[in-house]
Amino acid sequence: MPDGGAAICSRCGNTLFRRQRRTVEFTLALVSAAAILFVVANVYPFLSFEMQGQVTQTTLGSGTFSLWKQGQHAVALLVAVTTIVAPALQIGLLLFVLGPIHLQFSLPGAVTAFRWVEYSRPWSMMEVFLIGILVAVVKLSGMANIVPGLALGAFGLLIPVLAGASSFLDPEVVWREIGDLE
Amino acid sequence: MTAAAISTRGTHLQCHICNLVVATPSGPDQPLGCPRCRASIHWRKPNSLSRTWALLIAAVICYIPANLYPVMEVTTLGRTQEDTILSGVIYLYVHGTWPLAVIVFVASVVVPILKILTLASLAFSVERRSQWRPRDRARLYRIVEAVGKWSMVDVYVVTILVALVHLGSLASVEARLGAVFFGTVVVLTILAAESFDPRLIWDRLEGEPGASVEQNGDERNGE
Repeated sequence: MPDGGAAICSRCGNTLFRRQRRTVEFTLALVSAAAILFVVANVYPFLSFEMQGQVTQTTLGSGTFSLWKQGQHAVALLVAVTTIVAPALQIGLLLFVLGPIHLQFSLPGAVTAFRWVEYSRPWSMMEVFLIGILVAVVKLSGMANIVPGLALGAFGLLIPVLAGASSFLDPEVVWREIGDLE
Repeated sequence: MTAAAISTRGTHLQCHICNLVVATPSGPDQPLGCPRCRASIHWRKPNSLSRTWALLIAAVICYIPANLYPVMEVTTLGRTQEDTILSGVIYLYVHGTWPLAVIVFVASVVVPILKILTLASLAFSVERRSQWRPRDRARLYRIVEAVGKWSMVDVYVVTILVALVHLGSLASVEARLGAVFFGTVVVLTILAAESFDPRLIWDRLEGEPGASVEQNGDERNGE
C-alpha cells in the first residue's frame, strides 16, 4: 500500500482505509491547533445581543446553562454533549494518544482512549452549530443589534482544522504504533 | 459449520472499531473481543434489524409532536408568538434570506423524513431478501449516516436564542416541548443508523435461498 493510496471494498465500494504520509505528526499538529481554538471558542462569547441599551452575551456553556435553567434538561444535555463534550473528547483523546506516540513512550489507557475517539465521532456536531449561529443571527437581526464575538472566529477556524485532522488521521497506523509501544 | 455457512460467514471477520481482521471462532455467535482495541466483535451487529425497526418507529412517533408543538416561544414588547419548526422556516423565507431558509428546510424537514424512509426501506429490502442494486443501497446507507446530524440545526438555533434573548418583557425566548421531541428524533435516527448493519444487504445476496443466517439464528430470534 503506497502513501496516499486507498483500499476500497470490492463489494460495496466503501473506503476501507487510506494510507497517509506522516499521519501522527500531521494529525498531532492540527489537533494541537484545534485544542487552542476550542478553548478560545468556549471561553469567549460568540454573540452579543444589544437591545435598547441592554446587552446580553452568550458562550457555548452559558447557552446550555440557560436551557437547563428553563427546565429543558434533556435538550440542554443533548446540546452540551454534541457541542462541548464530544468535540472535547475527540481533541483531548487524540492528544493523549498521538502525543506519546510522537515522543515514543507508552501511556496506560491509550487503547481505551483511541477506541473512544471512534465512539464519540458521530456525536461531535460543531459544524452544525456554526450553521445554527448563522440562522440565529438572521432571525435576530430584525429585532436588535447583533455583534459577533471572538469565539465566532475561533469556531470558524476550528471546523476546517478539525476536518483536516480527521482526514490526516490514519487509524491503522495509530493502532499499530500503540501495539508496538506497549 | 456447513459449507454454505462458511461461504456466507467467511473464516474471518473485522472489528467495527479498529478494522482488525480476526479469525472467526468456532461458535459463530459467541462473543469475541478484539485483541487489538478490546472492543467486542460481532459477525453482524446483534439484533440489527429489530433494533433498527424499534428505533425508527420511535422516531416516527416523536416526529409528529416535534412538528405540531412549538419549539420556542418568542416574547417581544409584551407580545408572545410561538414558533414551530415549519413556521421558523417560513419566517426565514419571508424575513431573512431564502438560501438560509432552504438550508434549514432541508436540514430540519427533508433530512429527518428522508432518513427515516431510507432506513426503513433498507431494513425492508433486507427482510425481503432483495437482490436490487446492493452497491447503491450500501452507498445510500453511508449517505444517510453522514447527513443525519444536520437536523440538529434547529435545536441549536433555539439554544442560541434562549441564551441571548432574556430581557424580561422587553424580549425573551423560551424553549418549548417541540424542541425536546425534535432533539429526540435526531438522536433516535442516529441510533437507528448505527444499529443497521449494511453487511446484511450482502448476506441476502449470497449463498442459497435462506442461507445459513437462518440456521444460526436469525436476528429476530435473538442470539
